Amino acid sequence: MTRSALGVLVAAAVLVAGFPSTTVAATEIQFWHAMTGVLDERVNEITAKFNASQSDYVVKAVNKGSYPETLNAAIAAYRAKQPPHVVQVFEVGTQTMLSSGAVYPVHQLMSDHKFAIDWNDLIGPVKSYYSTGGQLASMAFNSSTPILYYNKDHFKKAGLPDKAPSTWDEVEAMAKKLQAAGVKCPFGSAWPSWVLVENMHAYHDQPFADRSNGFDGLATTLKINGPFGVKMMELLARGAKEGWFTYGGRVNKGEALMTAGECGIFTTSSAYIGNLTRAAEGKFTWGTGFLPRLAGFPQGNSIIGGATLWVMKGAKPGEYKGVAQFFKYLASTENQAWWAGVTGYLPLTNSATKALEASGHYAKNPHQKTAVSQMNSGKTTPNSQGIRLGNFNSVRDAIEEQMENIFSGNKTAKQGLDDAVVKGNEILKEFAALYK
Amino acid sequence: MKRTVFRNRWLPYALVAPQVAITIVFFFWPAFDSLRLSLYRASPFGDRLIFIGGGNFVRLLGDPAYFRSAATSFGFSLFVTFIGLALALLLASLANAKIRGLAIYRTLLLWPYGIAPAVAGVIWLFVFHPSFGVLPYLLSFVTAYQFNWFLKGWVALTLIVIAAIWKQFGYNLAFYLAGLQAIPGSVLEAASVDGAGPIRRFFAITFPLLSPVTFFLVTLNMTFAFFDTFGLVHAVTQGGPGDATSILVYRAWKDGFDGLQLGYSAAQSVILMLLVIALTAVQFRYAEKKVTY
Repeated sequence: MTRSALGVLVAAAVLVAGFPSTTVAATEIQFWHAMTGVLDERVNEITAKFNASQSDYVVKAVNKGSYPETLNAAIAAYRAKQPPHVVQVFEVGTQTMLSSGAVYPVHQLMSDHKFAIDWNDLIGPVKSYYSTGGQLASMAFNSSTPILYYNKDHFKKAGLPDKAPSTWDEVEAMAKKLQAAGVKCPFGSAWPSWVLVENMHAYHDQPFADRSNGFDGLATTLKINGPFGVKMMELLARGAKEGWFTYGGRVNKGEALMTAGECGIFTTSSAYIGNLTRAAEGKFTWGTGFLPRLAGFPQGNSIIGGATLWVMKGAKPGEYKGVAQFFKYLASTENQAWWAGVTGYLPLTNSATKALEASGHYAKNPHQKTAVSQMNSGKTTPNSQGIRLGNFNSVRDAIEEQMENIFSGNKTAKQGLDDAVVKGNEILKEFAALYK
Repeated sequence: MKRTVFRNRWLPYALVAPQVAITIVFFFWPAFDSLRLSLYRASPFGDRLIFIGGGNFVRLLGDPAYFRSAATSFGFSLFVTFIGLALALLLASLANAKIRGLAIYRTLLLWPYGIAPAVAGVIWLFVFHPSFGVLPYLLSFVTAYQFNWFLKGWVALTLIVIAAIWKQFGYNLAFYLAGLQAIPGSVLEAASVDGAGPIRRFFAITFPLLSPVTFFLVTLNMTFAFFDTFGLVHAVTQGGPGDATSILVYRAWKDGFDGLQLGYSAAQSVILMLLVIALTAVQFRYAEKKVTY
């Protein structure tokens, strides 16, 4: 860098730091989020509407990259004593946030500033996932749950009826027919751990970790290598070996297969509807259904993923009032229904669900209803209220690593799950040791 | 050697000060901070900092996966360095010949270096993708073998080796080209007169005279493979399948950044730091003796 360029930079930095904007009277609220693409535009839309609705506060929505990147940015900023007011954190970061001591619980924020929100209007799975002692710790924002998708064109080609499979036996039988008909990816899935391990355990009322999946204290032991987990993995390992299950990679990488129109049956987040609608337009037709069930195990419920908005400690009292006002705005039925309608995320309140129903939104977009109906048909038990683990992101990664060893045939289902449990427990115990 | 004399006593210090300051702020400070942090169990938000002495190191060295990861890293950097340098030298020799359009060839060959590792990874991801990649499609005409790197470890490792070599190729080539052009033509001509063929000339004259460049590039490529490739791994394989491509630097990054286990990650960086110091020291101590300057 030349000296003059450096000089300009230094001068600019001094200017920016030295003269806080005095022309704007409104208080600025920093809102860091991880929404990209269309979702990023929607976030900007809702903040712009809020900013236009009043003149005391200006919410600045800033995209900070992926979920882990956003969380890391917030951590770095907090440690530098410059935290954003609001940060969007993915569901696996929930325990990390709860333990951090850096958070202003949202129920307290609202009652401190005398804003009344009917928390009981929140749908059960969302309220339970993000509450401690019955009180909401973070502001529910974007939640989804996995559902099943199927490619109707491939079904027709394989001579299958236009109906989603409802059990894993049916998935296997149909996938084999799809395979015989030349479909490259008869059955596939994204988010291997979230959909096929975490959700399958909850969906069949099986424990995922000790202490009610971490809701009754810090969990230290994974329970995924029990008879259910092993049976589920054996089924998938058989599918991978026989060629009717195509593994598409970790996190959401597998979605590329479904998007490209190669999969017959596919499981992933309900928030994928938007992408699929756009990708499939004019290329193939598709339908949705509930997650498949494994015969012989009880009914639980699918659990949610997504993110919530956390309020960070360290800002001025006057600024928190703006945050509370912003949340009140977000929580209105009108905005909740709008957000769910344009994004495909679950409506978070019962009144928003009713509003969407009444406006005919679900009649026009029946696939958005699938996730809602699936969650309403399930049973909330200690095993299906959610999963709250310390360093959950690392635990999930350890599980996906072993799933790959199982699907490639390097390890048996039991061996792979045992190894995932050993590694997962080590991570959980480290976290527990930190906060003992 | 010409000795420069400064009349002002302080001027030389003032001139090196910026470089020293940058080294301290961006190298020594973080390095010492990692060293300190590696002795602690640290919470993400910094509210808990528990001294555990060598606890992080005990945990690391008691984990067979860490040794697998070390073996993968060494194998990976050896492949990247030696195949990469051999190819670069071969193409540099060709690009050094007097042919038409040489400038264009050279520019094209240098190009990949301008690409970030993560982007290089994504490009190769598209080439290799089991479902919509060009290469698996072409290979399907030759063999029925499924090159699915989502599940086959060796395919995944080969893929990132190729991507890393490709990414570093332009850089290596540039240095070899410069080295080749610095070799006096008279020496090569004398050898020709003495009856040495092109291969004999290469091994008796060109290669030994290039040894300083080779030495520099080996050190640099090993370091590149050890440190700079996490973007590549992150974009393509995320360390998988299983832990087949989980090289040391990627593990350290993932445990720290994704896993927020800061002390544990710092301990891994410390080990990496020691490894690279050792690697460089060994190279300077033994390899340098064989180098002709």
